[in-house]
Amino acid sequence: MLAYAVRRLIATIPVLFIVAVLIFMLLHLGPNDPAAVIAGDFAQPEHIERIRQQLGLDQPLYAQFFDWIWRVLQGDLGASIYNQQPVLNLVLQRAEPTIALTLSTISFAVIVGIPMGVLAAWKAGSIVDRVVMVLAVTGFSLPVFVLGYILVYVFALNLQLLPVQGYVSYKDGLVPFFRSLVLPTLSLGMIYVALIARMTRASVIEVLNQDYIRTARAKGLSTPPILLIHALKNAAIPIVTTIGLGIALLISGVVVTETVFAIPGVGRLTVDAIVRKDYPVIQGVLLIFTVVYVLLNLLVDLSYSLFDPRIRYQG
Amino acid sequence: MISYKCVRPILAAALLTSGLASTGAVAQEQSVLRVVPYADLRNLDPVWTTAIITRHHAYMIYDTLFGLNEQLEPQPQMVADYEVSEDGLTYTFNLREGLTFHDGAPVTTADVIASIKRWEARDNAGGALAEVTESLTAVDDDTFELTLNTPYGLVLESFSALTGPFIMPESVASTDPFEQVQSHIGSGPFVFNEEEWVPGNKVVYDKFEDYVPREEAPSGAAGGKIAKVDRVEWLYLPDPGTAMSALLNNEVDYWEAPPVDLVPVMEADPNVSVDVQDPFGLIVLLRPNHLYPPFDKKEVRQALAYMVDQSEYMTAMVGDPKYWQTCPSVMMCGTPTETSAGGAERMVTSDMAKAQELIDQAYDGETVVVMHPTDHPSGPAALITAAKLRELGVKVELQAMDWATLTSRRASKNPPNEGGWSIFHTRTGLGAASPIEHSGVAAGETAWFGWPENEKIEELRIAWGREADAEKRKAIMDELSAEIMDYGSFVMLGQYQMPSAWRANVSGVVKGPILGFWNIEKQ
Repeated sequence: MLAYAVRRLIATIPVLFIVAVLIFMLLHLGPNDPAAVIAGDFAQPEHIERIRQQLGLDQPLYAQFFDWIWRVLQGDLGASIYNQQPVLNLVLQRAEPTIALTLSTISFAVIVGIPMGVLAAWKAGSIVDRVVMVLAVTGFSLPVFVLGYILVYVFALNLQLLPVQGYVSYKDGLVPFFRSLVLPTLSLGMIYVALIARMTRASVIEVLNQDYIRTARAKGLSTPPILLIHALKNAAIPIVTTIGLGIALLISGVVVTETVFAIPGVGRLTVDAIVRKDYPVIQGVLLIFTVVYVLLNLLVDLSYSLFDPRIRYQG
Repeated sequence: MISYKCVRPILAAALLTSGLASTGAVAQEQSVLRVVPYADLRNLDPVWTTAIITRHHAYMIYDTLFGLNEQLEPQPQMVADYEVSEDGLTYTFNLREGLTFHDGAPVTTADVIASIKRWEARDNAGGALAEVTESLTAVDDDTFELTLNTPYGLVLESFSALTGPFIMPESVASTDPFEQVQSHIGSGPFVFNEEEWVPGNKVVYDKFEDYVPREEAPSGAAGGKIAKVDRVEWLYLPDPGTAMSALLNNEVDYWEAPPVDLVPVMEADPNVSVDVQDPFGLIVLLRPNHLYPPFDKKEVRQALAYMVDQSEYMTAMVGDPKYWQTCPSVMMCGTPTETSAGGAERMVTSDMAKAQELIDQAYDGETVVVMHPTDHPSGPAALITAAKLRELGVKVELQAMDWATLTSRRASKNPPNEGGWSIFHTRTGLGAASPIEHSGVAAGETAWFGWPENEKIEELRIAWGREADAEKRKAIMDELSAEIMDYGSFVMLGQYQMPSAWRANVSGVVKGPILGFWNIEKQ
């Protein structure tokens, strides 16, 4: 398995290079000029030109690209051209809220989604199944920002139980930390609850029709051990895949939630950088996203053998 | 059945005892004013960028030699007193006693002169002053002398320009004007808390305990700037719905620029006050590209002024008529330079017959590229202009883009069909009260995007700046207005004010063209 993991890691290098080239070309071939954005609305044209020279944006594209790649290879992702903060610092400054929101959302989705899916599979075709599926479809269909506003209206403005916006670090107290995460987690998590519930239901229904389940029943096993030990474990691979991809999607997909709840996370950093054409930040963040995505996929692949001992990886 | 009214106190008590309802704990220790500014603070150097949010930041941490009061009159700020020689060529300024930077160092004339020179290299008003400056020298640590090579009527106005000069330590002010300063030490009423700055989210300012305010009452950017809160936090909330909810829920105290359509919701809450903080507000401009057809022809540019109806633009951009006015002037209305000379009132209501006549005379069927910023308040103006031009039979290509792309694209001198442009719209503030600072007026080497060339406008602009007599200056302004209207440099589309909203327990908001948080108290 170790050899397989190493081989997969080495295989990420060309992927990263291709992604780097694509990101750079897509950004620089557009009609945007960060120097004009930086200079402000009332800047003189010659001032914009001076800023362009100062930022090196007047250099040929290939020179800018190789300069950037050379610095990345040395571990330097550059600095924001607006506030001159190192990109890595900006990402690290924003990582905690995004990781906290991602983990709380995926935990919520797993804790609620898997039992819902198992229940729907067990009672497939019944009213319980239909209610669960209606809830799942609703959760899937409701846009995050709509649900977010509804939750804010009810729990923050009306009941005044939770804050409207903001993020409180765990370092400033666990209770305020969890309070700040409740509404964002609920609004973002509904989609993933729905996704995991549907995937669990489908997988468990398929497993429940297998011969070994019939054998277990024939041996007189009660329903809980059949569902939880035999069915759920054998249905785990597609569920784990969904959860793994869900985490990867969440890390890059929390933008709307971070905006609605004013959480200073990596998603908002990315969108702000795109809006203002802050090339070093966009390039750096997307490269980091790519690495995280590749690593999460690798972890998901490796976890398959834990659930299904028949799966073995060849070096 | 148990109603919510019964349950709510129990829930609240449970939360209180469990420590869940901890909001406001910090506020009890020190007074904190939480503000939602109109934009994110991206750059910290007010010389490096003309962004208005950076100007707000500059007024928090830096002090200025003079400041404009509510009536737009320059008032001494860091300057204690000054003298002007009889020939009007030498100005001697004495600094106030006790001025210190945030690091404890005294403010000296060496700091002042370095700050002025850096500002002159970038700013329109500063550049104009530099052109008439013979020398700028320190007499001693507290007195400096400005000698002019020709009489200039705008020395005090220049030093009180909204764009600076902001006084920095000499070591910081000696930074190349085209590079950002690395240190953010000022001598203003608040200290920038760099450690707590999270770009894109939060900016923190602490009260500067050693600041020595003037004795006069605060007025605009002038008067005593007394910090009455210990700390000011700017929280950038890009989503208006979230910002409004946060204000209603007492999570923030002041919202600089709520959208007008949300104002009724906030006005309905007795705990929130809504008012206009900047009574001058903003003007909206239509700028044609003078380099390429059809707007290289004067008649087609003139047609634009006959075509527009300011009420249509203002209704689309702002809505509630309480917050906008038509403005029959090329300069900002309500300021000393307002004038309708040269027929500026034609921009207020539409005369499509006259516009059609001018179009028929000079338009040769070229396609007009109108840039439409979909994420900027001027976006609706582009849609109206496109519709009006089509009504006149002009071929229009309306190109949607974000504001950042527009600001990049408008710097291009390429033809409209090769990445250039024909028309863009924008808005500007009180700088539009001076022909020296008004971006649309310059028509020579320093012309703004659109690149008009008109020697007479340039001569009148400079003559206005150099004229010290108020009556003569007014006459020059009238002549300048007539020339701008005839030449068609730009079209005024109206003037509007942005309401601000704050919690009812906040008092002492200073009205004026800049947003400062001195004098504000929070009960």
